[in-house]
Amino acid sequence: MRETVMRRRHARGRKTVDLAVRTAASLAALLGIGVLVLILAEVARRGAPALDLAFFTALPGPPGVAGGGLANAILGTLALTAAATAVGVPLGMLAGVYLSEFGRDTRLGAAVRFCVNVLMGLPSILVGLFVWTVLVVPFRSFSGHAGAVALALIMLPVVARTTEDMLALVPHALREGALAVGAPRWRATLIAFKAARGGLVTGVLLAVARVSGETAPLLFTALNSPFWPRSMSEPVANLTVTVFQYAMSPYADWQAKAWGASLLIMAAVLTTSLLARTFARERT
Amino acid sequence: MNATRPESRPTPPLAPRPQVADRPVADRPAAADAGAPPKISVRGLDFHYGRQQALFDNNLDIAANRVTAVIGPSGCGKSTHLRVYNRIYQLYRDQRAGGEVLLDGENLLSPSTDLIELRRKVGMIFQKPTPFPMSIHDNVAYGLKLHYRLGKGELAEAVEKALRGAALWDEVKDALDRPGTALSGGQQQRLCIARAIAVRPEVLLMDEPTSAIDPVATAKIEDLIEELKKDFTIVIVTHNMQQAARVSDHTAFFFEGRIVEFGATRQIFTKPVHRQTEDYITGRFG
Amino acid sequence: MTDRHATTAAPDRRRPRPWGDPLFRGLAAAAAGFFLLLTGAILLELTRGSSLSLAKFGPSFLWSTAWNPVTGDFGAFSSIAGTLVSTAIAMALAVPLSLVIALFLVELAPPAVAKPVGAAIELLAAVPSIIYGMWGLFVFAPLMSDHVQPFLSDHLGFLPLFQGPPMGIGMLTAGIILALMILPFITSVMRDVLRMVPPVVKEAGYGMGSTVWEVTRQVTVRYGARGMAGACLLGLGRAVGETMAVTFVIGNNHRVGTSLFDAGNTIASALANEFAEAADPLYLSALVELGLVLFLITFAIQGLTHVWIRRLERSAGRGL
Repeated sequence: MRETVMRRRHARGRKTVDLAVRTAASLAALLGIGVLVLILAEVARRGAPALDLAFFTALPGPPGVAGGGLANAILGTLALTAAATAVGVPLGMLAGVYLSEFGRDTRLGAAVRFCVNVLMGLPSILVGLFVWTVLVVPFRSFSGHAGAVALALIMLPVVARTTEDMLALVPHALREGALAVGAPRWRATLIAFKAARGGLVTGVLLAVARVSGETAPLLFTALNSPFWPRSMSEPVANLTVTVFQYAMSPYADWQAKAWGASLLIMAAVLTTSLLARTFARERT
Repeated sequence: MNATRPESRPTPPLAPRPQVADRPVADRPAAADAGAPPKISVRGLDFHYGRQQALFDNNLDIAANRVTAVIGPSGCGKSTHLRVYNRIYQLYRDQRAGGEVLLDGENLLSPSTDLIELRRKVGMIFQKPTPFPMSIHDNVAYGLKLHYRLGKGELAEAVEKALRGAALWDEVKDALDRPGTALSGGQQQRLCIARAIAVRPEVLLMDEPTSAIDPVATAKIEDLIEELKKDFTIVIVTHNMQQAARVSDHTAFFFEGRIVEFGATRQIFTKPVHRQTEDYITGRFG
Repeated sequence: MTDRHATTAAPDRRRPRPWGDPLFRGLAAAAAGFFLLLTGAILLELTRGSSLSLAKFGPSFLWSTAWNPVTGDFGAFSSIAGTLVSTAIAMALAVPLSLVIALFLVELAPPAVAKPVGAAIELLAAVPSIIYGMWGLFVFAPLMSDHVQPFLSDHLGFLPLFQGPPMGIGMLTAGIILALMILPFITSVMRDVLRMVPPVVKEAGYGMGSTVWEVTRQVTVRYGARGMAGACLLGLGRAVGETMAVTFVIGNNHRVGTSLFDAGNTIASALANEFAEAADPLYLSALVELGLVLFLITFAIQGLTHVWIRRLERSAGRGL
């Protein structure tokens, strides 16, 4: 191959650009990560002083009066999340089973998958708005039921998607093995469920983590309340809406409580996510 | 099927003496072609993955414009050895090479080696075809644009030349803007060869280039290798002994990180000196 | 399905289970069907809820800048504009930064750094938006009014974008907080995408004599273009509908300002602020119509995502 001489390009310029980009990338990355860590540290710093015994045991004091706690909101958030999980997880899982076991190539499967995507991307405040129109307006009252349903609707697509994905990872041979010894379809699926256990638990925990920090869908469903949660057909106190209301208030004590509640929410969500990660690791 | 039958190809007088591993070798590297200086000389090459040593005191001379095959059972270090020549191993933090690898007399393991220039001079073809996610034209132009200042016409010319060189031009000349990934496996591999030779390297490293490709496409690539050695020094790692026999001039047999035997291909395949080589060649293990 | 195991078990011993599988299948299908119903119901209810407003204002609702609960005159322009502007700021900041962080984690950082930091980023993606709202209101807004905004006024004040009193809260602050909120989310998806690029393809890039940046820009990023576009659009979807991170710091004002320092509102923040207090049916209806607009925007984003990914797949081979 005797050939025309091709003019060489100097590598020095390329190396300079490379070094510049790498330095800039590293610095930007450290900056971005630094800011995020700073946010968490600030929440911890400002929230920790508010977390005294009364915070966990007492009802809120009247506006402007220092003292009291947010025990009712803690309890309410737990109740709302639990109720939402009880509704959202089984329903979402069943839909996920349909998508993975029966609806692979069916038209209903494609349509449902499309809806799951739409619902995943639906802003949570719109879920609140929807639940308000169907459960608050007709009953003429904000209620814990409405709040729990709103949270459940947010969990649904997440759980359905994870279930489908996790079941899809289970080798077909496992189901076929079960069917081959004469098990009915539902038993074969149960076996697939068992195999996908770790991933499913992870998915559910992530969904729980997600809704337990949600504020927007509760604003006009569960609303908030200064009292102990007594019935799910009344407004139910909860931490996130409390943070919103207290933060916007002019009272220093309420603002401090809002920080405390923020820290508590953050810690709960991060713990749940960490737990989910350990389950995910066990799976592999 | 075996191209190197002893009757048909008598051993020429210049055939190197075989090299045996259990002899002290550091001061006596295996010489492939006497006379002309080797293109690459490996001297006392050691290699570590973290704490685990993978290569032990490799010594080897690669002759210019010849095909050198590296064979051995899987895990014997043949790919590891090849990956030292362009220092691609350096992408991974825990991999270290010691010793010397001289390319035209200069130690490419020295810290002052310009990796960009080294890798222009030493091209590599991988086990699986690695077309970049861009058009056929851009795949071939990729390295050209990196290393050369070319006008539009010059670039088109160089791309065509490289594709012709890889015996792919006639198949793709009307589809240069189609994605490289849309080609068949064999075509993809030839595209990668075109991409590699476009920048006018001196050495081509091929790491089991046909192991993911069907037999017909493999035959094409083997013919191509025969053609390419006029312009390039080729080192090919293969687990396919027939392939090594068909395409190579010299063969190195690796076992557990050591070069057990190195010599002219016909000699290795017909009169191996070392017992392990014979066992491997005759299929008794590996 | 039932006939498949009919041959395996002895016929006399077999417990007939004619209802088990159909029931199971029926339940699963019903749960799946519920999603269709739900999606339809949301669209229907939002449309029904906004019928008053739709009838009164017609399409002019979209570009009217009015928002007067006293006279009953409503328009969505300021909310739509605010949603788009705050999202644009957030995306402009978060996308390049997350790409760079993902690049750092996958290609540059030593494993001892990349592993824990990567895990931390994934955790951060789960932090609820209200936390970002709190931090934005109490920590970041004062920082903006004391330092950042005066600085921008001094140096870029000739642009109308950076004029006006440094109030701390406003469109720019909201955009930045939004960016911080979606940053870990986009980063962790991008990191996964970059990690899924087969090492051998990167090796081929380096084997050609490319630098790290060249391999990243020309090979890795193109290889992962589909996934990264997906990551960005997911982030976009989140930013557009995000409520709490914005509501705390945007100032909640229906005036359309020319400066990024001005207080504004987004659809989500308007809903969060005004919905619980609105009593007048027309007011409520106008708010629900805002929700409908937001629904259609997110729907359009998802549609675009779909189409764009398809097109990207088809033209993956076109030149740079």
